[in-house]
Amino acid sequence: MEVDIVCVGFGPATAGFLTAISQAPGLPPLQIVCYERADDIGFGVSGVVTRARGIRASLPGLDLDQIPMATRVTSEKVVYLRPPSRARNAIDLPYIPPFLRKHDGIVMSIGQFLQYAGGQIMGAGVAQIWPGMPVSEAIVEDGRVCGVRLAGMDVRAPLTIVGDGPVGAVGRQLADSEPKEWAVGMKMVVDLPESATLPAGTVLHTFGYPEPGIFGFLYVHPGNVASVGIFVPSWMQAPTQTAYEYLQHFMLHPYLWRHLQGGRLRSWGAKSLNEAGRTATPLLVGDGFARIGEGSGSTNVLTGSGVDEAWTTGVQLAEGVIELLREGKPLTRENLETAYLARRRASWLETEAQAAAHARDGFHHGLLPGLLGMALAGFSNGRVALRGKPKPLSDTPPPPREWPPIPYDGRLLVSHQDALLMGGKVQAPGGFEDHVRFLDPAVCRRCGYQRCIQMCSGQAIAAGDGAVPSFDREKCVHCGACLWNCRHGVLAFQAGAGGLHSSEN
Amino acid sequence: MPFSIVVCGTLVPDPLQTLEPIAGPGQPSLKNEMMLPAVLDPWAAHALYEAANLAAQHPGSKVWLVSLGPKAKLQQVMMTVAQKAPFELVALDGPASGFTDSFETAEALAAAISAIPGLDREQVLLFGGWESASRGAGSTLQVIGERLGITEQFLGVDRLTVQPDGSLQILERVEGGRHQVSVVSGPPAVLGWATGELGEPRNNPQVGMANMRLVMPALQKAKPSPLPAAGLCYQSVSLPKQVRETRIVRNMPADEIAREIVAWIAEE
Repeated sequence: MEVDIVCVGFGPATAGFLTAISQAPGLPPLQIVCYERADDIGFGVSGVVTRARGIRASLPGLDLDQIPMATRVTSEKVVYLRPPSRARNAIDLPYIPPFLRKHDGIVMSIGQFLQYAGGQIMGAGVAQIWPGMPVSEAIVEDGRVCGVRLAGMDVRAPLTIVGDGPVGAVGRQLADSEPKEWAVGMKMVVDLPESATLPAGTVLHTFGYPEPGIFGFLYVHPGNVASVGIFVPSWMQAPTQTAYEYLQHFMLHPYLWRHLQGGRLRSWGAKSLNEAGRTATPLLVGDGFARIGEGSGSTNVLTGSGVDEAWTTGVQLAEGVIELLREGKPLTRENLETAYLARRRASWLETEAQAAAHARDGFHHGLLPGLLGMALAGFSNGRVALRGKPKPLSDTPPPPREWPPIPYDGRLLVSHQDALLMGGKVQAPGGFEDHVRFLDPAVCRRCGYQRCIQMCSGQAIAAGDGAVPSFDREKCVHCGACLWNCRHGVLAFQAGAGGLHSSEN
Repeated sequence: MPFSIVVCGTLVPDPLQTLEPIAGPGQPSLKNEMMLPAVLDPWAAHALYEAANLAAQHPGSKVWLVSLGPKAKLQQVMMTVAQKAPFELVALDGPASGFTDSFETAEALAAAISAIPGLDREQVLLFGGWESASRGAGSTLQVIGERLGITEQFLGVDRLTVQPDGSLQILERVEGGRHQVSVVSGPPAVLGWATGELGEPRNNPQVGMANMRLVMPALQKAKPSPLPAAGLCYQSVSLPKQVRETRIVRNMPADEIAREIVAWIAEE
């Protein structure tokens, strides 16, 4: 089949691209198709607080009342969480650095926002967004990307837009470099107890607990609903707990538990975040393709922001493509560099990405150097930063550490598997092969510390026969953490259908 | 023998999402219903897969999917459904809530089926779910059949076999896990499907693109069908009760598990 533009993945970046295309007057009729791996649009992505500068520029009349779980930020706080046993176990910081502030922003569910944006795009007749259809690979002929390969069908197009996120199969196929810094983001959406007093729009950023290197958040949506989550970064070389266990200990911290106790799990999800940002930007354009979104290194680790940046890359590409189409120019690497890359490099996106480039390097030396490095980079707009290089992931398990038991309540504090079923509603449609495979059993047998098991967000990877891990597709949330936690590079992570099945994340 | 297979089915909120009934101005609704992801009603989906399978076995047959639902939501659901099986969509723009009246729904659907150009009424097999995931009355399909003058009606169908003489052997579910076997000389007939015997087909992008050539025009000319619901009064609404209890017990004998399940069902 031949179309004009084929998009891989429907996340914030592709939504931005298609929204901008839909708003362009006088374009010739285009056939645009978008293939999304998940069962529906908006599944498998995360909640967010965002300044939404790019989103609001694209959608100036954006009515948050039309988007469930969306509201304006009403208050914002950074909290240093100390061990619960301390007499003073939390300290509200008196000041939020300007580069971190989201006071003029929006709290929302990206799942709900993408459902809204997808409806607008398809309603405008601009594009067909096909869910439940993973893209196997890009079709490359003579160095030019000519479209994509689906299960049983090739879709050829003059322009392929790669927006399949940080662990997407097509994005990795066309990359010339790999990010070295990652994190697993894991969160729950919680129906707060009736006694909760946190107003909608409340935003808490935390650090210090359950490990010094784990950042956390709590955002309050309308309707007494909150998103609560953590980020487990790759520079924590040897986590003593799984991300899910860390999340439970985080929620049980007295500073948060006073608001959460009596609440009910509504949704749960996890994803990998490319935290390398500008320092590991892969090939962004080539003949016949352009890359947008998180996989293009747009996430800003200094401002703690990625969704709006991803959206903006999509809009910038759309502006470039519109320009080329109007001028009748071919979609070559040179033209895309001029029309898209130059536009991106001249925007606030690039300015802020440069400032953030080495903002987190200090964390490779410890928490305090990390915080100091962020402050230096933030206040100097990146002119000063503590430098550091990512250390290799640990190959030995950490020493055991005593953690208090989780008082399961069957509502919010539930087993990991119950979180998959009750929160993530994880699905695995039949007819697809395993998308995670272990390529070299001999290497797996020699692996001293099978981090792929420890860091699997869904417990889909488990100890298998003969010390080679086993994979259960029905538990996989497609977060991709196994991919970057295999320090030997013998784990294949391909595009697959299914995974998280909740639009409230 | 070619068949004209008309499948009635529309969207329901994805049952895996958080569904919360709320009181609306005229009738109840679900909280954020328009923003909840939707799926093709699973009962109707089984009927569609059976229809596509039957049509594939009988060259010259054709499948229509007649759907009444909010146009924007129908469009989104069709992006998934259209990848499953070949059909031509007949769309009606109206409510697909679980709180619409089955009689009015049936009236609108019967009128839409009557208006399908070139439909051979004598060869019609009217398929649908024997009930719906959002309205459990199970009466809609029967009323449509009556409105179309189709008197051969079968509900809870698990299997349809076209016999060499062109007659149709139909297995309907009856009590005790058994089937009632009926034979009807041929179309027209109404078949309200239970689960059938076919699994959900894997998404096929080629089928999707072929369907889409007719889906988009059908959505554009979808007839408004507001279903006024005059005279309906709802005393109360609730979701089906869900109970989930998890225990991890190793090496529990199957008989003991069965005894526990039976005791649990008896409690209900």
